[in-house]
Amino acid sequence: MSVLETSAGLALADPSAVRAIEATGTSALAWLLIALPLLGAGLLLVGGRATDKFGPLLATLLSWGSFVVGALVVLQLAGLGAEERSLSVPLWDWVTTGNLSVHAGLLIDPLSMAFVLLITFVGSLIHVYSLGYMQHDPDKRRFFAYLNLFVAAMLILVLADSYLLLFVGWEGVGLASYLLIGFWNHNPAYASAANKAFVVNRIGDFALIIAMAYMLYTYGALDYATVHGEAGSAATTTLTVIGLLLLLGACGKSAQFPLQSWLGDAMAGPTPVSALIHAATMVTAGVYLVARSQAIYDLTPDARLAVAIVGAITLLYGAIVGCAKDDIKKALAASTMSQIGYMMLAVGLGPIGYIYAIFHLITHGFFKAGMFLGAGSVMHAMNDRVDMRRFGALGREIKTTWITFGAGWLAIIGFPFTAGWFSKDHIIESAFSAPGWQGWVFGLVALLGAGITAFYMSRLFFMTFHGKARWEDDAAPHESPLTMTVPMMVLAVGSLVLGAVLYPTGVLTGWLEPVFGHGEAHESLIPLIGIQVSVFVLMALGVALAWLRYGRDEVPVVAPVGSFATRAARQDLFQDEFNETFLRRPGAGLVAGLEVADNDVIDGGMVGGTSRGLAGVANVVRQAQNGFVRSYALTMLAGIVAILGAVWVIQ
Amino acid sequence: MSLSVYIYLATILFTIGALVVLLRRNTIIVFMGVELMLNACNLALITFSRMHGNLDGQVYTLFVMVVAAAEVVVGLAIIMSIYRARRSASVDDANLLKL
Repeated sequence: MSVLETSAGLALADPSAVRAIEATGTSALAWLLIALPLLGAGLLLVGGRATDKFGPLLATLLSWGSFVVGALVVLQLAGLGAEERSLSVPLWDWVTTGNLSVHAGLLIDPLSMAFVLLITFVGSLIHVYSLGYMQHDPDKRRFFAYLNLFVAAMLILVLADSYLLLFVGWEGVGLASYLLIGFWNHNPAYASAANKAFVVNRIGDFALIIAMAYMLYTYGALDYATVHGEAGSAATTTLTVIGLLLLLGACGKSAQFPLQSWLGDAMAGPTPVSALIHAATMVTAGVYLVARSQAIYDLTPDARLAVAIVGAITLLYGAIVGCAKDDIKKALAASTMSQIGYMMLAVGLGPIGYIYAIFHLITHGFFKAGMFLGAGSVMHAMNDRVDMRRFGALGREIKTTWITFGAGWLAIIGFPFTAGWFSKDHIIESAFSAPGWQGWVFGLVALLGAGITAFYMSRLFFMTFHGKARWEDDAAPHESPLTMTVPMMVLAVGSLVLGAVLYPTGVLTGWLEPVFGHGEAHESLIPLIGIQVSVFVLMALGVALAWLRYGRDEVPVVAPVGSFATRAARQDLFQDEFNETFLRRPGAGLVAGLEVADNDVIDGGMVGGTSRGLAGVANVVRQAQNGFVRSYALTMLAGIVAILGAVWVIQ
Repeated sequence: MSLSVYIYLATILFTIGALVVLLRRNTIIVFMGVELMLNACNLALITFSRMHGNLDGQVYTLFVMVVAAAEVVVGLAIIMSIYRARRSASVDDANLLKL
């Protein structure tokens, strides 16, 4: 922390190689964005029990402070011309060895600031919510320290001006998520969920490390300015490999196929953590990485196609899984996977999709955070139960939660003129305007996904808030305190109006176009109005079906066995079984084989053989050491005679 | 009389000394054998000195005599203490220095 502060002052004089203009005024203080929450995490963790009383409040204030700094920087940025909105804040010389020189610095541009506003605003609201939600937890100081750490790490990730500094944030996010998912680690299942998230993320991290090494080998640098500026100088194959490795990294952090399995189990963490992971931090990192690396993906259509395919697969995967889950949080987790799939699909479409991907990311941040906080409020009302089959008819009991959750529900199913409608419809339209067969495949997948989304989100909504009450006997639903409901209200308002505020007014496109350029939309395969109508019809069908089955009809308290498809979806489409059978078992077998080889061949054969051989020889030789002086004298005499004889023979 | 006679004498004396060391068990006798070998060497050195007409051999002999004198002191002291400890002067009884 203090290093950051002092070094920032020292290094400002040293202009780095970043081509962006050096920041002045408020923007030069952008390091405060990271420093404030980091300070909070440090104080609360080092301060220990002394900070128990005021710690949570302090953490919340510091998080809001970070938001204020972010807002001021955005105001300054908005005052500049569209082409000048890329500022650099050099911090210090970080790694200097041989030809390699990496400067630690921040890059302030519309893309990173869009993320900063989302992270700090939604993150701070979640802090406020946690004040109420974690009120009775004996360890809430530690919880808030981790929350601050999470926000700080995510801010490092999005503000970094090089892949190396991004990686610091990347790992910081992984660490914070591990600490928070396993926050209640006295429960072994929760602790192993944290481990799972961490291990699966390592696979993606490993790919990112290889990608960075490859960049270093190809360009000799890791800062965005050099790598993106000289991206074209590398061979297409190189770019494709880097692109695919970055994609695998993004898959790990964003829970995309094939590294999606950790997300459902990550629900073990306290609900505000789920909201933070799914809305503001963590899962959006992968989308950011791909969007930030657009200079690389622009030159490698193959890798970009892979991004779109991964997005399309995950979109359907999450949607199908979401239809079968009875655990309210796991159903929401599946929907996050699916929605991030939409964003990946959009960034995989190229320049036409980037802006909509970020747009959807922002709106999703609001409505998903709102719904997760709502789910937390429902759990609060129902003695921490999560099984939706034991909910029902809660709308009358906890009206505020019902209304705010309803706003998020309308947004995610894409009800016209809510935030989700603006952002998701544009992704579907972009998908239909992709060239050739891609347009049909991606377009239809996105369209189908929208229909399924409407079904499973409505299922969740109706099972929880409507129908007949199926409560356990001891249930006594009650509304949450104001600290919890106010953030939910703010997010609900955002879910409803954010799209209308940002898109038709041109604020968002104008803001992001300097970064992404203006995407020339191809002719769409289907007329725009046709897409919009079919999206609406599918949504209405999904909602209607969900209403018939889960709103009007009686919902069984015990889940019926269901068809094979239902059971598969309940098991997350056998993702864990697949990983177990095809990855963990062969891996464990390989390790066991290596262990046997190590024991028998290396230790037993080579090392053991040498030592046994030496011991045998020594056993023979030691017979000569019999302790009789006269036999030693004979040996000496024989030796001397032998030497003299040898000398005589030579001469 | 040829000088080589002295060499033969030295060789015979050395052989007797070596046989004494190898064959006798009494420590004092063994020690005497060692001294006999040393003096056989001295005789050979003196003879070679005479043969080659320089003084190197005589200088070595003086060194050997000095070292032998010192060695006798130490050696006898060791033999005495072994005898006191074990009531035996046999070299084969002092065989603890082994594996």
